[in-house]
Amino acid sequence: MALEKISSIAGRGVYVPGNDIDTDRIIPARFMKCVTFDGLGEFLFFDVRKNADGSDKPHPLNEPRFKGATVLLSGANFGCGSSREHAPQAIQKYGFKAIVAENFAEIFFGNCTTLGIPCATASRADIAKIAAAIERDPALEIVVDVARQEIRFGGQTVPAEVRAAARDALVNGRWDAIGELLDGMGAMKATAAKLPYLAT
Amino acid sequence: MPKSLFEKVWDAHSVRTLANGQTQLLIGTHLIHEVTSPQAFGMLRDLGLKVAMPHRTFATVDHIVPTDQFVEPYRDPLAQAMMEELRKNCREFGITFFDRATGKQGIVHIVGPEQGITQPGTTIACGDSHTSTHGAFGAIAFGIGTTQIRDVLATQTMALGKLKVRRINVNGRLRPGVYAKDVILHIIRVLGVNGGTGYAYEYAGEVFDRFSMEERMTVCNMSIEGGARAGYVNPDETTFAYLKGRPYAPQGAEWEAAVARWKQVASDPGCHYDDVVTIDAADIAPTVTWGINPGQGIAINESIPDPAAAHAADEKASIEEALAYMKLRPGAPIKGTRIDVAFLGSCTNGRLSDFQEVAKFVQGRKVAPGVKAIAVPGSQIVALQCEKLGLDKILAEAGFEWRAAGCSMCLAMNPDKLVGDQLCASSSNRNFKGRQGSPTGRTLLMSPLMVAAAAVTGSVADAREVFHVNN
Repeated sequence: MALEKISSIAGRGVYVPGNDIDTDRIIPARFMKCVTFDGLGEFLFFDVRKNADGSDKPHPLNEPRFKGATVLLSGANFGCGSSREHAPQAIQKYGFKAIVAENFAEIFFGNCTTLGIPCATASRADIAKIAAAIERDPALEIVVDVARQEIRFGGQTVPAEVRAAARDALVNGRWDAIGELLDGMGAMKATAAKLPYLAT
Repeated sequence: MPKSLFEKVWDAHSVRTLANGQTQLLIGTHLIHEVTSPQAFGMLRDLGLKVAMPHRTFATVDHIVPTDQFVEPYRDPLAQAMMEELRKNCREFGITFFDRATGKQGIVHIVGPEQGITQPGTTIACGDSHTSTHGAFGAIAFGIGTTQIRDVLATQTMALGKLKVRRINVNGRLRPGVYAKDVILHIIRVLGVNGGTGYAYEYAGEVFDRFSMEERMTVCNMSIEGGARAGYVNPDETTFAYLKGRPYAPQGAEWEAAVARWKQVASDPGCHYDDVVTIDAADIAPTVTWGINPGQGIAINESIPDPAAAHAADEKASIEEALAYMKLRPGAPIKGTRIDVAFLGSCTNGRLSDFQEVAKFVQGRKVAPGVKAIAVPGSQIVALQCEKLGLDKILAEAGFEWRAAGCSMCLAMNPDKLVGDQLCASSSNRNFKGRQGSPTGRTLLMSPLMVAAAAVTGSVADAREVFHVNN
């Protein structure tokens, strides 16, 4: 299972402002009545993008000038709440390849990394700078450089942090841990044998 | 060297260090439900893998079950499909399934403890963020995503970075009418909704020493609402007394040996904590949320925040966003806010003691005209316990609809949903936009007795006044 080495993501960006954007908002629970993740992309941010009659609400993802963006920018504590992987799945299936925020909720961060979606943290001021640059030119290329922990856009460079374990996993193509975990099955059994509640 | 419970459990379950520096952690108990597991089984099949320890994997169905329909097929074909998928997966992979026909079905975080599956010193994972509930027993319990469910199914392990530990002492005595729910809402208000990121919370102090297991579960349950992926209480005699005799608890001679081990797993005096926070129980009041995240809470006698009084632009924006959604007036008292729906239940507050407390006070009272009130036991066993005590009748006479066990209106994946911008007094755990099933529905989180007070008066009220609580 050779995985892609994700050292850098380049593409157009879109800024979805707000702090504490929770996974219910990213993908409302009613869209989780499914047994596959297929088709979740169209329900991304559904209730903040759509009115009850199906018409559009004002939302950055509804603006044609931001169509095709692959870098999603937002505020603090992005992805808080439910552990639903449906949230990063919807983000990925919509077409995003990287997320930049002030910080991320723990479970969401882990889910994204496991799917090969880099979550980079940047300062509020730097996110505002990138957002302003996108506002001026939505076609601007944003480079989220995971390996070098920086974001480049329109001739500017700002620092961005990708936590060490996630960075290593992404850059070296081991973000899906299953292969490595399977290699450790012998060690797992040895550990289990020492725990009375697991001894059969 | 003295160690915390977290460190002891982590070390005992560490299989090895992975290439990226994370730990391959053994997960002793894996709990699954119908919403987040089907895709994981799909991935397992695609990879041609089996379940590593089917006897350490337990399933139940909770999120999608209708609380007013037992006979299948359910009216919602999508819910029926999820039900059948879980049934099929459990059969194919040899997993114990607490299906509705067993009489043991319920919300996964209520079923684990009541079956005695949840035990001190163990690691537990479940594809649900409220898995932190199980920490009440001195287990380290993690909410995980679906790909990680696949990992745990296939290998009984997962890749994880070690958490820091913050000890939260709640000292003194809670005032009458103040409950475990108020304790956790207060903690989240003080430390913030992301204050716990990177931490496991160790809850301690006189309040936790005195708490029942059900109260400890209520607090641990909402650790994630404060950003902490895990939360726990050190096991003690209360823990052991709760577990003794439960179906999956050790029996006979094994029981004594297990208790001896469990005593050893508690945090050692003088162990290192990455942070310590101390809260005076007397400072905690019945708490109600007014906003769109669980940290936006106030004491019942406080007023709704005014963005004009915010200290920072950021805080101002978040208050404005919340008030616009909640349609609440800045500076107004929260008390007296009219409600449309009252919801009793969820993995936070859907246990026997929750319904007992409400029944004790609503006996002889009536739900206010125009308020829809539903009471949803967290499991079939909780339902049966309540019914044996006649609590269902007391609640029904007061005007609550007594329903069948499930997650119900906490996240409204079943037919129990808010309609339009209805305002709900809820004993659940999340007040996010649209959480209770209507994209414009509004949620006020509070303790079960505060929900009952709102139900009988028709508006947010101080349960201490409504019910003359003074013991």
